[in-house]
Amino acid sequence: MTATNGDPHGSSYGALTADDVARIRMDFPVLDQLINGKPLVYLDNAATTQKPRPVIDAISNYYLHNNANVHRGVHTLSQRATDDYEVGREAIRRFINAPDSSEIIYVRGTTEGLNLVASSYGRKFFKAGDEVIITGMEHHSNIVPWQILGKEIGIRLRVIPFTDQGELLMDEYESMLNERTRLVSVVHQSNALGTINPVSSIVEMAHARGIPVMIDAAQSIPHMPVDVQAMGADFLTFSGHKMYGPTGIGVLWGRADLLNEMPPYQSGGEMIRSVTYEETIYNVIPHKFEAGTPDIAGAIGLGAAVEYLEAIGMDRIAAYEQALMRYGAERLAEIEGVRLIGTAENRGGVLSFYMESAHAHDIGTILDAEGIAVRTGHHCAQPVMARYEIPATVRASLSFYNTTEEIDALIKGIDRVIEVFG
Amino acid sequence: MASDLSDLYQEILLEHNRRPRNFRTLEDPTHHADGFNPLCGDEISLQLRVDEQTVGDVGFQGHGCAISRASASLLTQAVKGASISDAIAMFDEFHRMLTEPDADLNYDVLGDLEMLAGVIAYPTRIKCAILAWHTLKAAMDGEDIATTE
Repeated sequence: MTATNGDPHGSSYGALTADDVARIRMDFPVLDQLINGKPLVYLDNAATTQKPRPVIDAISNYYLHNNANVHRGVHTLSQRATDDYEVGREAIRRFINAPDSSEIIYVRGTTEGLNLVASSYGRKFFKAGDEVIITGMEHHSNIVPWQILGKEIGIRLRVIPFTDQGELLMDEYESMLNERTRLVSVVHQSNALGTINPVSSIVEMAHARGIPVMIDAAQSIPHMPVDVQAMGADFLTFSGHKMYGPTGIGVLWGRADLLNEMPPYQSGGEMIRSVTYEETIYNVIPHKFEAGTPDIAGAIGLGAAVEYLEAIGMDRIAAYEQALMRYGAERLAEIEGVRLIGTAENRGGVLSFYMESAHAHDIGTILDAEGIAVRTGHHCAQPVMARYEIPATVRASLSFYNTTEEIDALIKGIDRVIEVFG
Repeated sequence: MASDLSDLYQEILLEHNRRPRNFRTLEDPTHHADGFNPLCGDEISLQLRVDEQTVGDVGFQGHGCAISRASASLLTQAVKGASISDAIAMFDEFHRMLTEPDADLNYDVLGDLEMLAGVIAYPTRIKCAILAWHTLKAAMDGEDIATTE
């Protein structure tokens, strides 16, 4: 790889080296501890990532020195809090290459981003008989809001099927697009399978018919460059806590012309321009969608997380995690009785697997005794489990702070499972 | 926190997991309930035949982890032939064993169920062990569904 000038995701000098990772690990205080007498091996990054010192410091600095409400007071502290809150918004705009920071709406997380669009855009523009297309590998949060809307106004949910490897059947998708399709809402990277879906093609095919596309980027944005303009998306949403920021904050990005046409999602302070008992005039975006006092510390922490990721460089992160995932997949494939679930050619740092001899929860408990944190269960993606006719998987999900030694520890942990369960 | 793994995965528990007792459907059940652990997707279907306040026969079906499967297997052994009031006493004692550290337990009532005592050291797994018992209670109370939540 060569260094590129003006790259919003930082210069690329190839993948991270072992020394880089050793230095990075020192930024994450939580990683340096023993669990059940063994060094912590944190492989549950798709559930939530750990927080680097600059994020923790930004949050604590806000509460120690600048705490005040935003967009309200004329006093100095309020001005400082507002500035930092808006600096975070601008950092996020730059990070996803959005045209304008007014299109960055702070929400609680991906779930709220999806619900906001379903509730506001869906209620305004959908009518009985309309169709929304999702993929067969969605998290429950990109299924249930549409089902609720479906019951309310009679829309129909169409689901793009996928292969055994975990790759979408794009021909099936194309045949689903029709004059009743009102929105395509798809996951960028599957949390259960790791598949990275071809969102640019998905967008292109929808746009050819004038259909807008929403992207759930919760699992992609921490791990690869995401550029909303290059992708061509109309809405994109993600969570702060999966990208090294705090919990309770996330982002919905939407094209300004669409957001301007949408009614408010919640009502109260901040979202209004003027109120009389006869009439309320709504504020402009993004404030129209940010009713009430927001998660100010969260937004500041998320801004710090974005700056931290930019300093490392998203393409270096992607290259490193890709190599680590391939190494893990090879090692797992060597173990008899382990079946990898999700083997798409284009996939991210997710190693989801199933063992006939031991249930996922028993594997999780044995790995925990070895200091290894993984997720076990259906990963809030029960239709995916049903697709493979299994109740649950063990999921090891990677970050740039993980090492090949930690993958080796996982493999050793699985050997221990085999000792106990045969 | 976690004690030695071998306290949890005792050989006899693993044996119940591999070869669960009374893993079958009854032909003429008088009581029935389905149990779910929505957090992990464990499912158990429990059937009982109760004659004159005594559990004449019991069987279960379903899928889950080793702890939940072995616990269901042990449950069927424990309550088969027991009176309803004895089965309720077992439920209470079993519940205390897994939720009250240092409880003064009645091991005569517990019998073989004692082999699940190690689960108390693994708070995330207590629901796995207790699912079958909640399902039993639901069946005896005439409810169709039990959940751990």
